Amino acid sequence: MKYKSQKVAYWFFALSMLLLSLQLIYGFIMGFAHAGMDGLHEFIPFNTAKAVHTNLLVVWLLSGFMGAAYYIIPEEAQNELVSVKLAYVQLISLALVGVAAVVGYHFNYWEGRKFLEIPRPLDYLVVVNVLLFMGIILVTLFKGKRRTTTSLVLSMGLLFAALLYLPGMLDFNSQVLDSFFRWWVVHLWVEGVWELIMGGILSFLLIKLTGVDREVIEKWLYVIVGLTFLSGILGTGHHYYYIGVNKIWLIVGGIFSALEPLAFLAMALFAVNMYRKGEKKHPNKIALYWTIGSAIVSFIGAGLLGFAHTLPQTNIFTHGTIVTAMHGHLAFWGAYAMIVLLLLAMLYQI
Amino acid sequence: MLSKKQARAFFLGGTVVTFLIFIGLTVYSLSAAQDQSHNENLSDSVARGKVLWEKNNCMGCHTIMGEGGYYAPELTKVIERRGEGYVKAVLMSPVPWQPNGRKMVAYKMSKEEAEDMVEFFKWIGNIDLNGFETVVSPLAKEKINN
Repeated sequence: MKYKSQKVAYWFFALSMLLLSLQLIYGFIMGFAHAGMDGLHEFIPFNTAKAVHTNLLVVWLLSGFMGAAYYIIPEEAQNELVSVKLAYVQLISLALVGVAAVVGYHFNYWEGRKFLEIPRPLDYLVVVNVLLFMGIILVTLFKGKRRTTTSLVLSMGLLFAALLYLPGMLDFNSQVLDSFFRWWVVHLWVEGVWELIMGGILSFLLIKLTGVDREVIEKWLYVIVGLTFLSGILGTGHHYYYIGVNKIWLIVGGIFSALEPLAFLAMALFAVNMYRKGEKKHPNKIALYWTIGSAIVSFIGAGLLGFAHTLPQTNIFTHGTIVTAMHGHLAFWGAYAMIVLLLLAMLYQI
Repeated sequence: MLSKKQARAFFLGGTVVTFLIFIGLTVYSLSAAQDQSHNENLSDSVARGKVLWEKNNCMGCHTIMGEGGYYAPELTKVIERRGEGYVKAVLMSPVPWQPNGRKMVAYKMSKEEAEDMVEFFKWIGNIDLNGFETVVSPLAKEKINN
C-alpha cells in the first residue's frame, strides 16, 4: 500500500466477509426449508430468511465496493483520503444500519418490496451514509494530483448508484407503478452502474497486474461501459414485459436486453487479452486469476444465463420461476462477489 | 484504430441517447391513455391492502405478477382460483396455514384487513399483463372465454 489512509479498506473488507458468512447461513436456512426441513419457521420464517439473504448480499457487496474505492482512489489520485476518521464513522454507521435492518426483519419490521426491504426510516440513514462516503471520495479526487479515467468511471458508478437509490423511495398506491420504479433501482444498479464500478476496479487491477499501458486499458474501459449503458438502460424493459405496462417494452426490452451479453463478452475478452499482452510478471498470481475468472464467470452467469431467458417469448414461461434465481446467483457471483474476493486477494497479497 | 477520445464519445453519447429514450418511453407507457391496470378501480381498500401486502413482506415467499419469492404459490389470480372465502380464512387463521407441509406465518388478520387484502388481489387479478395472466392461472379469463 502506498498511502496510509488506504488501510481503512481492510475494515470494510472485514465487515464484508462477516456479512457474507451470515448470508450463507441464511441461504442454508432457505435451502432446508425448500427441502421440507423448516424447523426454524417460528423464529425465522422463509420471508425473513429471504430478506436477510438478499439484503446481506447487497450490503456486503456495497461494503466491498466502498473498501475498493478507499483502496483505489488514493492510489489513482495520488493523494491521501481527506479524512480517515470520517471513513471510520461511515464504516461503523454502515454496519449499524445493516445490523438494525437485519434484526428488524426478524420482527416483521420491513417494507416488503423485493430487494428493497429496508424500512423507510433506515433508508434515510442509508442516504446520509452514502452521502458521507461520496463526500470523502469526491473531495479526495478533487484535491488529488491526478485525475484518471479509471477513478472517474469508478466514482461515476458510485455516484449514480447513490442517486438511483432514490426512485426506490417513491410511494405509490399502485403495485404496477411500485414495481416499475423498483426496477429503476434494482436493474439499473445491477445491470448498469454497478458494472461501471466493476469496470473501474477491473481496469485498475489490470493496469497494476499486467503492466499494459494505461491508455490502452482505459480506452477499452470506455468501450465496455459504453456497451453496458447502451444495452442496459433500455434493457430495463425486460422487467416490464408482464407487470401491467405497455407492450412496447416487449420489443424495446427484448432487443436491448439481448444485447446486454455483449458488454460482458467484451469484458471477458478484454481481461483475457490484457493478460496475454502483459509483460509484467506480477507476483500476485492469485489476484490475476481472480480478475480473469471474474470477467469470464460474469459473462457466463450474467451474459449467457441472462440471455437464456431474456426474450419475451421465453420469459413468459420463466417469469416468476426459479430460473430467475438460477441466473441471479451465478451473475452476482461472477460479476460482483468475485470482484470483492479478488480485491481481498490483492489487499492481503495472498 | 479507435482512439480514447472516440471511445469516450461512444460511452457518453450512447448513455445520453438511450437514457433520453428510456425517459420518453417511461412517460409514454405510464400515461393515463396507456393504463392497463384499471387505475380508476384503485380504491382506498386496495391501497390499504397493498400496505398490508408490504408490511408483512408477502413477496418474501409468494410472487405477484411474477415477482417475489418462489417458495409459495403465485397470487396474481388467487381470487379466481380459490375464491374470497378461502383467502380470508388463510389470512385470519390463528395457526400457521400449511396445505402441503410448507408453513405460512399465521398473520391473524382482522376481518377488515382480510377484506382489504381480497380487494387488493381482485384489483391485481384484473390487470392486463400482456398475456402472462394466461400462463399463471389455468382459470384465467381468456381460457374460460375460449
